[in-house]
Amino acid sequence: MIEIENPFGKIATLEQALAFFKEEMTVMFGGFGGVGSPPNLIEGILAKEIKNLTLIGNDTGFPNIGIGKLVSQGRAKKVIASHIGSNPIAGKLMNQGVLEVEFSPQGTLVERIRAGGMGLGAILTDVGLDNTSVTKGKQQMELNGRSYLVETALTAEVSIVYAEKADPYGNLVYDKSARNTNPLVAMAGDFTIAEVKEIVPLGGLDPEEIVTPGIFVDMVILSNGVNWKWVWEEN
Amino acid sequence: MASELDIRNLMAKRAAREIVGGMVVNLGIGIPSLVPNHLPETTKVMFHAENGILGMGPSPGSGLEDGNLCNAGGYPVTIVPGASYCDSVTAFGMIRRGRIDVSILGSLQVSRQGDLANWIIPGKKVPGMGGAMDLASKAKKLIVLMSHTDKKGNPKILEQCTLPLTATRCVDMIITDKAVFEIKNCELVLMEYFSTTSVSRITAQTACRFSVSEDLKVIEV
Repeated sequence: MIEIENPFGKIATLEQALAFFKEEMTVMFGGFGGVGSPPNLIEGILAKEIKNLTLIGNDTGFPNIGIGKLVSQGRAKKVIASHIGSNPIAGKLMNQGVLEVEFSPQGTLVERIRAGGMGLGAILTDVGLDNTSVTKGKQQMELNGRSYLVETALTAEVSIVYAEKADPYGNLVYDKSARNTNPLVAMAGDFTIAEVKEIVPLGGLDPEEIVTPGIFVDMVILSNGVNWKWVWEEN
Repeated sequence: MASELDIRNLMAKRAAREIVGGMVVNLGIGIPSLVPNHLPETTKVMFHAENGILGMGPSPGSGLEDGNLCNAGGYPVTIVPGASYCDSVTAFGMIRRGRIDVSILGSLQVSRQGDLANWIIPGKKVPGMGGAMDLASKAKKLIVLMSHTDKKGNPKILEQCTLPLTATRCVDMIITDKAVFEIKNCELVLMEYFSTTSVSRITAQTACRFSVSEDLKVIEV
């Protein structure tokens, strides 16, 4: 076991990470159908009984997978996502008027998150321009003879992501399709916490392979791994 | 049950004929996911997944699943040689930039002019649009694979969709359990039908007018 030095003070415990969460907070999460969502952070937020969260991410997972746990246990007052279909409880809460859901087309949503992380105010896209459920309340503009929808950037007070490896500076490497929205979400948080499978010493990651530069990551915690059963394991 | 499975595979097999080697193809959940089973092994296609895979392969064998390697529906997949991973922004950039040759989606309704309604049944089912709007409006060719009528027998091909639209005038082809339609210049044309039905029965089960191709064929699968 190599002793990992912590010269940037970013490596922390789950308890230290959880100190950042409070009621009414906006939390952005990485993951796609629960794949690539940080399991211990989600479990910790759940255990701390933090409520009235605004959650921003691709989808609401499955009832017991990923961010789905927080949604199905009523900890969110609002969700900004592209899809809630794999979590029927989310749809039920939405229809009951208990959960506000802002839908954004998937490509637009991740681009809004990326824009937030990149210091931009908005993006222009024509996806959804022919759809009143998307255009409602949004500014439209003409540019070079084409019509666009102005889609505002998204940021969050805290972003939580999952990565395969981190070094003490918070440089991150992901694993296969668990990368998904994580690199975007990591950049869009005012404070970003990465839960990672492995922490390697400084210099332990090839600079060419780093996907998220550590400048975007404020805290790194070591993960105990996924604590839910995947859908395909239930059958 | 067996016949229902068979027709799903026959529809998928017909859809597979729209795919040629070298294409980039995105498949939705449900019947579209059966399409790869019907491609000849010599047809090299890059299957795209919105979460960030270009070059998806078949499902892994039981016990070989990797929780970090899943399709956009959250189910385990494998990759083929030449595959790459990317973040979701890049995966959608591929879509918006028009680099997806064929997108095959399921749907609740399609209008005569090719409007697609597949993301919400207000008050009942609220799955959300996911990547459907991006794919529907930007794929070079959009094929809808769906049952010809709903569970109550109501037509799903209509003059105007009654459900909220996903995207307008985007569908190029509809493959149902009865027939194949093409939509050319906002006109619905019956191209092929399964031998188990007839043009008059298709007409009765379709809630809008359509023309019949001079080249009308029985579907060969």
